[in-house]
Amino acid sequence: MSDVHLIALTVNGVRQEVAVEARRTLADVLRHDLGHTGTHLGCEHGICGACTVLVDGQPTRACLVFGVQADDCEIETVEGLAHDGELNPLQEAFSAHHALQCGFCTPGFLMLATALLRENPDPTDEEIREAMASNICRCTGYQSILEAVRAAAGGEKAPAT
Amino acid sequence: MRPQAVGRSVRRVEDARLLRGAGRFVDDVDRPGQLWLRIVRASSAHARLTGVDRDRARELPGVHAVLVAADLDPVPRIPVRLDPFDQPLDAYLQPVLADGRIRYVGEPVAAVVADDPYLAEDAAELVAAELEPLPVVLDAREAVDPGAAELHDGGNEALVLERRYGDAAGAFARAAHVVEIEVEVGRHTGVPLETRGLVADYDEALDRLTIWGATKVPHFNRGVLARLLGMEERHIALRTADAGGGFGVRGEFYPEDFLVPFLARALRRPVKWIEDRAEHLVATNHSRQQRRRVAGAFAQDGELLALRDTIWHDNGAYVRTHGVVVPELTLSMLPGPYRVPAYEGRAHVALTNKTPCGTYRGPGRYEATFARERLLDAAADELGLDRVALRRRNLLAPDDLPHHRDLPVLGHPVEIDAGDFAGMLDAAIERSGYEDWVREAEALRAEGRAVGTGIAYFLEKSGGGGFERARVSVDEHGRVRVAAGGATLGQGIETVLAQVTADQLGVEPGEIEVTVGDTDLVSAGGGSWASRSTIFAGGAVRLAAEAAAERARDVAAELLEAAPGDIRLQGGRAAVAGSEERSVALGEVAAACDAASAGRRGEEPGLTAARTFVDAPMTYPYGVHLAQVEVDPATGGVRVRRYFIGYEVGRAVNPKLVEGQLVGGAAQGLGGALMEAFRYDADGQPQCTSFMDYLIPSAAEVPPVGTHVREDAPSPGNPLGAKGAGEGGVDGAGAVVAAAVEDALGVTRAVAAVPVTPEAVRAMAADRTVPAGA
Repeated sequence: MSDVHLIALTVNGVRQEVAVEARRTLADVLRHDLGHTGTHLGCEHGICGACTVLVDGQPTRACLVFGVQADDCEIETVEGLAHDGELNPLQEAFSAHHALQCGFCTPGFLMLATALLRENPDPTDEEIREAMASNICRCTGYQSILEAVRAAAGGEKAPAT
Repeated sequence: MRPQAVGRSVRRVEDARLLRGAGRFVDDVDRPGQLWLRIVRASSAHARLTGVDRDRARELPGVHAVLVAADLDPVPRIPVRLDPFDQPLDAYLQPVLADGRIRYVGEPVAAVVADDPYLAEDAAELVAAELEPLPVVLDAREAVDPGAAELHDGGNEALVLERRYGDAAGAFARAAHVVEIEVEVGRHTGVPLETRGLVADYDEALDRLTIWGATKVPHFNRGVLARLLGMEERHIALRTADAGGGFGVRGEFYPEDFLVPFLARALRRPVKWIEDRAEHLVATNHSRQQRRRVAGAFAQDGELLALRDTIWHDNGAYVRTHGVVVPELTLSMLPGPYRVPAYEGRAHVALTNKTPCGTYRGPGRYEATFARERLLDAAADELGLDRVALRRRNLLAPDDLPHHRDLPVLGHPVEIDAGDFAGMLDAAIERSGYEDWVREAEALRAEGRAVGTGIAYFLEKSGGGGFERARVSVDEHGRVRVAAGGATLGQGIETVLAQVTADQLGVEPGEIEVTVGDTDLVSAGGGSWASRSTIFAGGAVRLAAEAAAERARDVAAELLEAAPGDIRLQGGRAAVAGSEERSVALGEVAAACDAASAGRRGEEPGLTAARTFVDAPMTYPYGVHLAQVEVDPATGGVRVRRYFIGYEVGRAVNPKLVEGQLVGGAAQGLGGALMEAFRYDADGQPQCTSFMDYLIPSAAEVPPVGTHVREDAPSPGNPLGAKGAGEGGVDGAGAVVAAAVEDALGVTRAVAAVPVTPEAVRAMAADRTVPAGA
């Protein structure tokens, strides 16, 4: 219980220090110690991907990583996507294509898609489907998510409403 | 002039917060000084509970309480929320903590409260239940046999429901053909991506309890909680929060809905509980599982003369809040969109040593559609008729409407008021290109591939009975606020209510702030279930917004020295028609409704109106599912190649949201058709307690789903003409996949159960006498 470690993480560009038990997951550190509640926990066993964040640029299940393992790492979460209050093009595309309903899985899909598009700015439809199949959404049936990622990749203008 | 918001796919007002990670879900709520609750759950499916050893847990530093049934006298049992009450179900209700007997793995045995969630789990592992094992009952049909081991003193059959009209016995006696099949629907559930959770905070000085995390039916749950805690309803407030999906299972009153507030009050500390996924899969309602024998009496030409139906409904270990509504709906919805002159059905509601059941999206319709459409496929094959033609032959025709059936649906007989059933079938076939799918499948079968097509027609039900309240207010800055009944479950209800308001007040939907499901803002309400919120909350908001707009026109007319009938509300202003330069901002109109000014006019202050919308009749949407699948006879895998849903919605407030409901529903329906099932071993140990065992479709399995939403038959019973949109996407998925798999393999009467497992497909492929390519 008293196995506490002092770690330092950079979250969305801000360096933060936090004292954590060795067994505390990165997801709990982000959510409950650092207040980044946009990262959600859907299964806590690494299947659903709702807790996907980027650790040193790599999409990572924050429920399967201990906070201490992320010591000295760069973490990116959904809260870092919008700039100056403006949704980024991927977020805009999700809204325009109705790629979210309850919004619980959405932060994980946004981070997964962010990593995909950085690595592969012009993916094929099959590459998008394969990457997005890493996470689970129970509301949308996925096709709007795939369309949104496609639109963000292609720089397609969001349809006016 | 700005186009109407209703009928347009406007952006959702919920999106901005959810896309930033700024939604407020229950686990995002923290209260100063809060403690964490962990439930100790039974590890055995059926046993006498002779004691609970909690000493070691209590001794752990940081543990504040370990509650067991013996601490509660009497142990509260959770009441039924939904009719029918053919006879008392009290003997089968679930206690909030196991009371001398364990009846399913996962049943709450003790509640541990500690300083943090990790510690609470440590302590929970130190609690030991003393058990004397009892024989388990795991099958609904065996459960109602006289010799079965009994779960409850009243036996294992909670109820036998019987529903009938017309002379079914006579029709079966005279029929040229009688076709009978036995089918089975697996044990599925909603699995919202956010698990359940609650935070309760008790203010001792005011004797006031505030709760976050309740949803779906907050007012009903407040009433139950008040009774169980011996508090007044007005001392309990349920606060609205985002909810990560509902699908029928979230928001009902579960044991934790008592335990969390009870302990918060007892300990005088805020208490938080967040369900984990392993718990969710054994604790939250299961659904669907039924075995049934269904028979149809047919004339020589395929005319359907009567249906007969016997259901063994596996309700799990207790009767929960939904009572027996799922088996009742399964009986009442069986005739569906067809002319069925006579019907008799019987449902045995059986109790077994499994997680108790409730509703899951499309309750009774997924099951009934599967049984009926399987029967029609079998009949078409047996009578040598085309599967589509047999359906067309028997669909309700315009002359049949309005169509009455003496079958109760949530307390009212079926009354189908409007519809164009044949038109829907034609439109779905044409829009999907279904005939090309059939030709393509034939061509691929000729190449030796196992590709087939299927069709399923369904009748849906939505809304019906009850009421909802709403208040629409404009402040002196022109900001519009809506508070309404209903609950946010991810369906976009805030957007829909904003659209309805926008058109009345002449403002943009995105500028309207909507709050639903807060018991302090809205005094009473029915909640969000049964695809009722657009109808009821939408109806109430429409009436309140109309009244607020009328007030705005009256007051603006005074300010502008014009006649109220000449005032137009648009762009956030009230203007005189024909001379738009004479206008005043909506906020100024609101400011002119200040207390002193309003008082001088003898009116209540504020540009605001509250209205109640009551007693809209049940609506009956309907639609068609079409599918093309490819089967791999070697692996037993089924790939859905093409999928299409036609749906009649009366009036689509937001077409994109309706489409989203249909496509998302299809994904869940396909999960149930091909992947999802809770399995148990012979001892009643659940085999699906993670997402590695309970399989949810991913983007790799769900095909593109085409949709065609029709507005042929607006409902005359509500101001928007709307019918519910939430469940039609799921209803036909089991039936259509089963049909397409049979077609792909060239077999008949072969797919009798969903999910269609690889094992079943391999067996069918091995058994078929004619190879697919022949």
